[in-house]
Amino acid sequence: MLLPFLWMVGTSLEQGGLSNYVEAWTAVPFGRYFLNSILVTVLTVVGVLITSSLAAYSFAIMRYPGRDVLFLLFLSTMMVPQPVYLAPSYVILSKLGWINTYLALIVPWTANVFSIFLLRQHFRTIPRSLYEAAVLDGCSRLRFLWKIALPLSKSVIATIILFNVIGSWNSFMWPLVVTHSEELRVLQVGLSYFNQEQSTNYQLLMAASTFCTMPLLLLFVAAQKQIVSSYARSGLKS
Amino acid sequence: MRISPKLSPYLYILPAFVIILCFRTVPIVGSFAVSLTDFDIGGLHGFVGLNNYARMLSDARFWHSVSNTVYFVAGVVPASMVIPLLLAMLLRGKLMGKSFYRTIYFLPVVTSAVAVSVVWTWLFNPEAGPINRVLGFLGIDPLLWLREPRGVFAMILQPLGINLEGVISGPSLALVALMVVSVWKSIGYNTVLFLAGLENIPHTYYEAAKLDGGRTWSTFRHVTLPLLSPTTYYVLIMTTIVSFQSFALVYVMTPPPGGGPLGTTNLVVFYLFRKAFDRFEIGYASAISVFLFVVLLSLTLLQRRLAGRRVHY
Repeated sequence: MLLPFLWMVGTSLEQGGLSNYVEAWTAVPFGRYFLNSILVTVLTVVGVLITSSLAAYSFAIMRYPGRDVLFLLFLSTMMVPQPVYLAPSYVILSKLGWINTYLALIVPWTANVFSIFLLRQHFRTIPRSLYEAAVLDGCSRLRFLWKIALPLSKSVIATIILFNVIGSWNSFMWPLVVTHSEELRVLQVGLSYFNQEQSTNYQLLMAASTFCTMPLLLLFVAAQKQIVSSYARSGLKS
Repeated sequence: MRISPKLSPYLYILPAFVIILCFRTVPIVGSFAVSLTDFDIGGLHGFVGLNNYARMLSDARFWHSVSNTVYFVAGVVPASMVIPLLLAMLLRGKLMGKSFYRTIYFLPVVTSAVAVSVVWTWLFNPEAGPINRVLGFLGIDPLLWLREPRGVFAMILQPLGINLEGVISGPSLALVALMVVSVWKSIGYNTVLFLAGLENIPHTYYEAAKLDGGRTWSTFRHVTLPLLSPTTYYVLIMTTIVSFQSFALVYVMTPPPGGGPLGTTNLVVFYLFRKAFDRFEIGYASAISVFLFVVLLSLTLLQRRLAGRRVHY
C-alpha cells in the first residue's frame, strides 16, 4: 500500500536531490496555487459551518409548517452526483458572471447537505426541555445555538471540518471547469497542468506531487484517529 | 428591527436554502430541461425534443465509453470489496500496531486523485517505470500499460491462437491499469467501514458459534457474513456509484484529448466533460448526464431490492 508513496519520494530525490523540489516549485507558480487552495478551502469550510449550524438548528429544534418537506428537498439533492449537474451549473455561473472568479470556486460549496444532516442528527439529541427552559429564561435562539448547542457538538463539528477540508482541498473537476486563468488555479488543477507540461521529467513531477500531498498528509498524521473514525461513522449513519 | 418569531425558523434555513437551490436543485432540474434543447457554443437555439437522446443512441463513441465504464465498474467493485473485507478480518481485534496499519491503508484515501494519478503514471511508465523494472527482474517482458489499447482477454488468449475482437476482447490494459489505481485508492475507506461493521457484531454470537463447534470458515459464512450484510450492502452501493463517476484518473493518467489509447479509457463522465467543455455541446452533454443519473439511480434501486431479500438487520 505504501510502495507508491515511497517510490514518489525516492524518484523525487534522484539526480539532483532536494534541488528538484526548488526547480519544481519555481517552474510554475506553485506558491500561488497553494495560496489559492488555502483561501478556497478556508472560506468554504467557514461558509459550511455557518450555513450548516443555522439550518441544522432550525431543522432539529424548531417546529413550523413545511419543515420536513424542506429537509427532504435538501436530502434529495444529496442523491445526485456532481457530474450530472456540472454543465447546467456552468451555464448558471456564466449568467452570474462568476466564471473565472473566486466566487465560482467558493460560493456553491458553502452549503453542504451531508454536514447539515450530521449536525441535525446531533442537535436532536439535545433535550427539548433544555431549549424551552432557556427560551423561557429570555435566552435568544441564536444565543442558545452559540452558547449551548454548538459547544455540545464539538466532535460532529470536527468531523464536518475534516470532511470539508479534505473535499475542498482535493476537488478537481469543478475548479478545472469554472476557472481558466493561471492566477486562479488551485493546487490540484496546477499539478494536473504541470503534469501535462512536464510529462517526461519524472523527478520534477514526483517532487511536485510530494509537496502537493504534504499538507493533507500532515493533517492526516495529526488527526488520524478523528479522521478514520469520522469516515467509519459516515458509513454507519448514511 | 424585530423579526416575527413565526418567520425566523425560515431565516435560519435561508442561507443554506439559497445555495442549495441555485447550485443543486436548479442545475439538476436544468440538466433535464437543457437536454431537450440544442444549447451549444452559440447559446440556446431552441427546443429539439428528444434529438439529443436519438444522437446518443447512434453515437459509437458514447457506447464505447459505456462499455469501458461497465468493464471498469465490474472490475473495480468486486476487488474493492473482497480485499478490504480480508484486510478487516485480519486487522480485527488487533490492538498492537493498529494505528500503524491504519496510517498505511488510509493514506491513499486522503491523498488527492490528481497526485495519486501523477505518481501512478510514473509507476506505469513503459520505458523506465518501476513496475516494468520489477517485471524485468522476474523475466517478464515490459508492458505498455497506459499506452496499450489491446484488450486483456485478447492479450491472454492470443498465444493460444484465439483471436478476440471488439467488446469481447476485454478492457484494454490501459483501463486495467486505471482499475488497479482505483482499487488501491478505495481499499482504506472500505476497510474502515468493514472494521466498523465487524465491531458492531456482538461477541455473544461468536461464543455461541464456538460452543457449537463452528469452524473458522463456517463461522465466517454463517455468522460474520449475514450479520455484516448491512455494511456490505452500503459498501457495494457506494463503491459502484463512486467508480461510475471516475474522472480525475482518466483525465490525468490518459490526458486529453485522448481518453487513452484508441479511446479505451474514455469513461462516461470523461466523455460528458469533453462534450460539455471542449466542444461546448451543453445540450448533448446534458442528455448524457441524464443517462448517467438514470443509470446510477436504477442501480441503487436495484441493489436495494436485491439486498432487501438478503440483508439481515
